[in-house]
Amino acid sequence: MLYRRSTRFLMAAVLALAFLPALAGELTVSAASSLTQAFRDMAQAYQTRYPEARVALNFGASGALLQQIARGAPVDVFAAADQETMDQAEAQGLVLAGERRDFVRNTLVLITAADSTLALRRLEDLGQATVTRIALGNPDSVPAGRYARRALEAPRLWPVLQAKVITTQNVRQSLDYVARGEVDAGFVYGTDAALMKDKVKVVLEVPLDIAIRYPVAKITASPRGEEARRFMAYLASPAALAILAHHGFGKLGP
Amino acid sequence: MDPTWTALLLSLKVAGFATAINLVLGIAVGFALARLRFPGRDLLDTLLTLPMVMPPTVLGYYLLVLMGRRSWLGAWLHDSFGINLIFTWQAAVIAAAIVAFPLVFKPARAAFEAVDGQLEQAGRVLGISEAGIFFRITLPLAWRGILAGVLLAFARALGEFGATLMVAGSIPGKTQTLSIAVYEAVQAGQDDVANTLVLATSAVCIAVLLAAGRLAPGRIANR
Repeated sequence: MLYRRSTRFLMAAVLALAFLPALAGELTVSAASSLTQAFRDMAQAYQTRYPEARVALNFGASGALLQQIARGAPVDVFAAADQETMDQAEAQGLVLAGERRDFVRNTLVLITAADSTLALRRLEDLGQATVTRIALGNPDSVPAGRYARRALEAPRLWPVLQAKVITTQNVRQSLDYVARGEVDAGFVYGTDAALMKDKVKVVLEVPLDIAIRYPVAKITASPRGEEARRFMAYLASPAALAILAHHGFGKLGP
Repeated sequence: MDPTWTALLLSLKVAGFATAINLVLGIAVGFALARLRFPGRDLLDTLLTLPMVMPPTVLGYYLLVLMGRRSWLGAWLHDSFGINLIFTWQAAVIAAAIVAFPLVFKPARAAFEAVDGQLEQAGRVLGISEAGIFFRITLPLAWRGILAGVLLAFARALGEFGATLMVAGSIPGKTQTLSIAVYEAVQAGQDDVANTLVLATSAVCIAVLLAAGRLAPGRIANR
């Protein structure tokens, strides 16, 4: 009988230990695909600064990440690539207006393969017969695609170019297709283009009527509120700003 | 409803073509592996079975590298015929056919191996040509096993997602199959669209299984 009691105690102890990591403040951060390299460096720096902290990173298109959170994924901090995604998060009660702020800027660029001979000086040049395929993120879930569509709708190019558009699952997929030569041109962020300087070249910076400002927010349902706020505060620190600048992101400015 | 209908018809078209290709290739390869004896036969069998166990994204990557614009094959197709396979429904057919191929040839090989050699010998004694023996004796006897594999292959081709997404993309009306459409609808938070698509897919799968029950003679039908 004593043997059985101690076995049960042992099992309970093992189970408790198994659940310990979930309790011990591992911060889950969902961030837009374009923040991949920057946030990996950021998480390392954060964990060096606060040795007891553990950060788990999850990357994807902002819209896809939002759906995960909406369906109850245990995310603590959400960094999106456009205001619209964060507005949707706020509308669904996932984040509070007071727990959200912008933290970095980016630019949208039109890229082609490094060895491409296409002459693209303005967005209208995309209408040429030599341009058969243009990659941009699915506007339903990818901010980069939304920005691109917005930029093309202004000069009324969107309906004309629809037949040439290949929609991708996230901005990095657009970058990959351009680098591989599967499409003639693609819309990505300036920071993405900088990653593959040897395979793609920027032909023009896409004119937009709005600034690309990335918002970050604490998820209201997160049980690690203090840790989440500490991480968000860290994003504004000089060390974090230096990391973001190193990867090509712009300062918030006026 | 219209986007659902488009995606459904496209899925059926892609799966249909892929299964038709696999039917011919699977029977040919299954018969060859069952009857011919040569060194490395089992190794070849294993290699041909790989697409079934390989993660679809790995397969998609291989196909992208092999058929892409910058590959030897892709460059040749582009320069000679102006064909670019990536982002076409043909690429979707290729991806679906490759992942479903082992599901046809393995049961085919097993079915051919199970055919009684004496019946074939009897045919030879009666003077039937080898081709005649294959089509009038061997194939009818092996048909049930092959059919089971073909139906599984059709279902697999219908549900193919990872490799298709990488090489065919997601172009509504051209390459956005049902499984990709569901994925995108969920990502965009369009639950109503996703629900319709899932119902359509489920209905098709049930119809295929019911048809299988009717078509397959003997054992399966009389259960």
